[in-house]
Amino acid sequence: MSDYKKPLPEIQPYSQPFWDGTKKGLLLIQHCNACDANIFYPRRDCPECWSQDLGWIKASGRATVYTYSVTYEGVEQKFVEDLPIILAWIDLPEGIRMHTNLVECQPEDVAIGMEVEVVFRSITEDITLPFFRPV
Amino acid sequence: MDLSNVAIVGSFETDLGVVTDRGPMALGVQATLGAIADAGLQASAIDGLITCNSLVTPVMYHAEATAEYAGLTPGHCLSVGTGGGTTYTALRYAAAAIQTGLATTVVVSMADSMRSFMTRDRAMAVQSSSGHPLFEQPYGPTVPAYYALIARAHMDTYGTTEAQFAEAMVSSRAWAHLNPTAQYRERVTVDDVLASKPIADPLKLLDCSIVSDGGAAVVLTTLERARDLPHAPIVLKGYGEGHHYEHISQAKDLTKSAAADSGKAALAGAGIEPADIQLAQLYDCFSPALLIQLEDLGFCEKGTGGEFLASGATRPGGNLPVNTHGGMLSHCHPGNPGAIFGLTEAIRQYRGEAKERQLAHLEHTLLHAQGGIMSSHATVVLGRAN
Repeated sequence: MSDYKKPLPEIQPYSQPFWDGTKKGLLLIQHCNACDANIFYPRRDCPECWSQDLGWIKASGRATVYTYSVTYEGVEQKFVEDLPIILAWIDLPEGIRMHTNLVECQPEDVAIGMEVEVVFRSITEDITLPFFRPV
Repeated sequence: MDLSNVAIVGSFETDLGVVTDRGPMALGVQATLGAIADAGLQASAIDGLITCNSLVTPVMYHAEATAEYAGLTPGHCLSVGTGGGTTYTALRYAAAAIQTGLATTVVVSMADSMRSFMTRDRAMAVQSSSGHPLFEQPYGPTVPAYYALIARAHMDTYGTTEAQFAEAMVSSRAWAHLNPTAQYRERVTVDDVLASKPIADPLKLLDCSIVSDGGAAVVLTTLERARDLPHAPIVLKGYGEGHHYEHISQAKDLTKSAAADSGKAALAGAGIEPADIQLAQLYDCFSPALLIQLEDLGFCEKGTGGEFLASGATRPGGNLPVNTHGGMLSHCHPGNPGAIFGLTEAIRQYRGEAKERQLAHLEHTLLHAQGGIMSSHATVVLGRAN
């Protein structure tokens, strides 16, 4: 039984491949076979064309920082050990944006437009979360 | 649709700020009964009650529970939940209920007690729960951190500075200094804001709204009935909403919001332009939200919100008074009801009861609020009845 106290995603049928991927060190992005849209977050219906013919592509794992913030105060107790937290919103070359934490760097090292790459951290038996670090 | 056959006829604010002797439901009932009395009506005249659920002590059927507590038996009850935008969405539903014959006289009431009836850790959990549960919350987001993402994107795109964001609190406190009911009334300078402690860089403590207890309510009825009541009726001239996303990670662009849609619709409904607005009561949960609303609602060009704030236009004596009560940055921010004090202050201004804050000329007021993280927007234009 994990003693991890922070929020963890609930695995749903249509997001299962994403979490199976992260466990294997792969960043998988949902792809619509009908209209070719890449979709994030994973869901049952394509938000572009409503098709349910959805598959998965392997992302490069690279991204650039669109914007970020550095949290110093005002988190729940269980996140205090992580302060300061670098929350970033990153652009993937696959045409999607996702939220993440930038890790293995200091706040002063971060800038908009900088290149980052995915790094996986195993949290529990079921969940491996993707984070990003400077290239 | 012409909204001007619906009038606001009653308005009441509870004790505000730090209120420890009663919780959200008792405050909400105080607001409800106060507004009915202010309208010169009896409880029996109320056939509609619209409320906003409490974050501190949520209940399953909030409007019904409020009616029960107050001894009201309205024919129509509705709890609305559009976050910070609830006040103005509820106002429109009240007008719709009156216009469609669902009810004739409706109370819109809301209150909460984030300051005194919720632990700090619980408050942090509630606010971070606005993040997407699967793909945002695991990363420890906070609401200030989300608005900090927006602030930094605006700085990067338009060259907006931290000193310009700081002007939001300078303006807010200049008004709050004139308002005895405001929770924080000390004037501040840009340097004070810049020197306040970092919360979520680039935002500091004084870029953030306050945490309060309090509530308020208004009463709406047909303009025809309003003519027989004590206060000069204030009418709804226009209304609009805009919804581009719910979770901020799904936004297409952080520097433009659906306020542009809601504002355009509300102004078109009223048949006026931004230049025709004498008072803007905006949603100042964080300084970047205020700055971007000023742009998206058409009060200044996109990218110039920082210069507009720094010009002093929004302060006492400025060309566009904003949040003359002090807003959520200084006056009262109990949770989702925060925007209702923008409405009750506007009513006070129309009635000529705003004392030192009184505007010399007031025809059109624009009220704006948003839920989520600049997600769901609602705009109202108010005016005097002809």
